[in-house]
Amino acid sequence: MSDVAVAHAGVQPAETPLTPENWGKLGMWLFLAGDAMSFGALIVGYGILRHRSMDWPVPAEVLGINLTAFMTFLLIVSSVWMVLSLAALQDGDKAKFKKFMGLTILGGLLFLGCQAYEWTHLINHRLPELGYSFSSHLFVTTFFVLTGFHGMHVTGGVIYNICVFAAVSRGRYEAKHVEIAGLYWHFVDLVWILIFTFVYLL
Amino acid sequence: MTTEAHSTSAYIKIFWLLLVLTIVEVAIVYMGLPKMLLAGLLVFFAVWKAALVAMHFMHLKFEKKTLAMIAIVPFVLCVFLILMLLPDIYPR
Repeated sequence: MSDVAVAHAGVQPAETPLTPENWGKLGMWLFLAGDAMSFGALIVGYGILRHRSMDWPVPAEVLGINLTAFMTFLLIVSSVWMVLSLAALQDGDKAKFKKFMGLTILGGLLFLGCQAYEWTHLINHRLPELGYSFSSHLFVTTFFVLTGFHGMHVTGGVIYNICVFAAVSRGRYEAKHVEIAGLYWHFVDLVWILIFTFVYLL
Repeated sequence: MTTEAHSTSAYIKIFWLLLVLTIVEVAIVYMGLPKMLLAGLLVFFAVWKAALVAMHFMHLKFEKKTLAMIAIVPFVLCVFLILMLLPDIYPR
């Protein structure tokens, strides 16, 4: 039952163990479950290709894991800012919400900037220097597919957060909408934690 | 509306824990450990961090159990996927 139906018809929503308080939240979780399968398939596929390969390079020697560690920190801290912005809005503090949401968006943009720099450096310098190209080794393909697919999700998340920021500022969205956006953003952070571990560190 | 069981300081504490875990993860890569041990430790830390984000930031710890089921299923399915693909990883 939507809030609109309740307000108009005065009908009480059916209460079962499965009825969520917030349909939007349920919907987002269902979406994230499916998205998790997409990333899961990519990561497992990467693992199999890497394990069966005879000459896979050591990632720490090809990639810059210090920059990536900083990028991990960026996403984690932006997740904290996001959850703080939600807490602020739930307390009714719109100014605090805007501050933390703004920081979250900034964190996301910085992450994308770092990734753009990382990619450019790899493509123009590091990979040719080591003799790798897109068509020469699966290490290169899997790296760009995994980080690119994730980067796309971050980009979408930043745009989503900007829209939520604007909508709350105009009074059209409330805390529950921010909570849903938060779920997506934390998911993106979570996936990065896994990618960072399996692609860069291991 | 939603179950509020977290304070701002709790979120900050989780952040510090995540930061420490990340630093430890990067540090052990440089330690030159045997591959199996390194893999085991990194997976352990990664799962720990992921659980922290899921439980606290995504609020799963305080949600109805049915929601947690939706979140657990992909994880179970991914493990199943790996198991089913083992013959491709280690063909006889």
